[in-house]
Amino acid sequence: MGEAAIIKASNLVKWFGEGEARTVAVKQVSFEASYGEMLYIVGPSGSGKTTLLSIISGILRPNEGSVTVENQDIWRMNDDELADLRLNKIGFVFQDYHLFPRLTTVENVAIPLILKKMEWNGAMKLAREYLDIVGLKDRAELQPVKLSGGEQQRVAIARAIAGKPDILIFDEPTASLDGDTGRKIVEFVKSNILNEKRAIIIVTHDSRIYEYADRIMKMEDGRIVGYETNHFNEK
Amino acid sequence: MKPLSGIYRIALKLLMNDKSKFTALLVGITFAVFLMVMMMSMFSGILARSCAPVYNIGAKIWVMDPAVNNTNSSIPMPDYILSASRSIPGVKYAVPLYFGSALIKLRDGTYQAATVVGLDDATLFGRPEMIEGKIEDIFAENAFLVVKDAEFPKLKNPKIGTEFEINDNRATVVGIARAASSGLFGVPTLYTTYNRAITYIPSARFTTSYVLIEPKSEADIVGIQQAIAKLGYEALTREQFVRKVSNFYTFKTGVGMNIMMMTAISFVVGLSISGQTFYTFILENIGKFGAMKAIGAKGNELIAMILAQAFVTSLIGYGLGVGAASTFIIIAKWRIPDYAAQLTYPTLGLALVMVMIIAGFSSYIGVRKVLQIQPFDIFRG
Ligand SMILES: Nc1ncnc2c1ncn2[C@@H]1O[C@H](COP(=O)(O)OP(=O)(O)O)[C@@H](O)[C@H]1O
Ligand SMILES: [Mg+2]
Repeated sequence: MGEAAIIKASNLVKWFGEGEARTVAVKQVSFEASYGEMLYIVGPSGSGKTTLLSIISGILRPNEGSVTVENQDIWRMNDDELADLRLNKIGFVFQDYHLFPRLTTVENVAIPLILKKMEWNGAMKLAREYLDIVGLKDRAELQPVKLSGGEQQRVAIARAIAGKPDILIFDEPTASLDGDTGRKIVEFVKSNILNEKRAIIIVTHDSRIYEYADRIMKMEDGRIVGYETNHFNEK
Repeated sequence: MKPLSGIYRIALKLLMNDKSKFTALLVGITFAVFLMVMMMSMFSGILARSCAPVYNIGAKIWVMDPAVNNTNSSIPMPDYILSASRSIPGVKYAVPLYFGSALIKLRDGTYQAATVVGLDDATLFGRPEMIEGKIEDIFAENAFLVVKDAEFPKLKNPKIGTEFEINDNRATVVGIARAASSGLFGVPTLYTTYNRAITYIPSARFTTSYVLIEPKSEADIVGIQQAIAKLGYEALTREQFVRKVSNFYTFKTGVGMNIMMMTAISFVVGLSISGQTFYTFILENIGKFGAMKAIGAKGNELIAMILAQAFVTSLIGYGLGVGAASTFIIIAKWRIPDYAAQLTYPTLGLALVMVMIIAGFSSYIGVRKVLQIQPFDIFRG
């Protein structure tokens, strides 16, 4: 476990619906993630993993509890401040990639840069460098549909890291990939993207990639039911 | 504007790279603009022609029977109206104008209907601009001027000296005049003197079609109008007469109603095609817009993107539609001399307003949809 907390979640509660139909998805959850850490959140489907991930990344407002990201209480922010927080501090990799099919891969990667108001040519140049990091420099001008699933996921990773986030959030990153490709991607992320200035949080129930975790947080029915620390990876 | 430029560029690429939707949007808007512009151009062409004589003659005040609703179907008034007009205070001068139809027998024996304008013998008030010959020649024996307009060839392209018959009276062409005619009726126009017109062309008891009045000053106009009204006739300023004629064609003949309906239908068709297509475009990309929101795009940035998409597309469609309509009108005018449509700035402006409404409507439904999405739903897949 790392030294300082980059994310601190306290007593989070989130429910959906009202009255009879109310489902409590997250029940009194508190945890921390540290700089330099690759933290997994695992658990059966419906256990509240995605809900929790959304709350700590400034996307879904909790009913109770608080989240601090680098000591900022994010749920006291307004919508525009939250958008800025996500743009500047958090990178997202979605299960279905969510790349724009009508843009080239390099334009897709440049989106966070353009949202940061970087000038067009500069954004393209930098986006190309990030494509190079994920090994797809020669695919820059292709549309995402021309790429394999694994390659699309790497484009999504390039887009997520282009904004230089301190926190990277992956929701089921290997769910749409075959086992080998999934493992390679996570291995790549662990050795090339993770560093001591950032944390990576991965929601998954793909046990084939557990070996890359520094710490695994287990959820069941909206609660944290235990941790596992992967000593194999400790330096 | 500057810092958002990358966002606009992304927005336009998103739409324009979707070739089928972009084409459908462009076709929809272009088609609607083309139809709207054509309809309104045809309408303003018809109105301009029907009002052309009012401008050509150029009188400040026209006295007429209240039942007159277009220049060419005048209702003759008794002669005392002229003298009565002359004695109204504030009248600088008043002259008669003859405006009627005649049947012309050309030298080859064929017949052709024509409009004959008879100008006051003393003043020739309302005289046309001459292309050939001198206006004074109108006083010569049997003299007529022929207007060189789209109908001119129907008189077999007469020259100075050409002769024909008007109601069994000999007529000689002494000049060729230029005047935008009321080509709406598709007949040539001749000018002569008032006295010759009423002797050559048989009429009922009364002969004066219009009395044209020049007031001493603008301030006298109302008084003149009231005095004429007391006589049971109507004195209209040039603008009022033009409005009366326009209203007649717009509301009484069905021309205006039909054209307004067709314009409205084109508008609705354009609105629904582009609204529908744009909405589908937004729906197809909704997950992506949601992802952008999650990444950190603000609401107003997404709105800016959608507005850019809707308005840029609409403006391109507007340009194409106006281009197509003007090309069509130019070709039609060249092939069909009588073709009435004319493209005016008000038409262009109105079409632009309608296109902006289409763009506004399309972006409104797009913006609503995009602001509704929760990035959380993107996570949940
Ligand atoms: N928008 C929603 N409306 C209603 N119920 C929801 C909504 N989102 C999630 N839930 C419920 O919350 C629980 C946790 O969901 P989720 O966080 O997606 O779980 P996981 O990611 O672990 O599969 C589930 O019971 C789910 O049905
Ligand atoms: Mg989930």
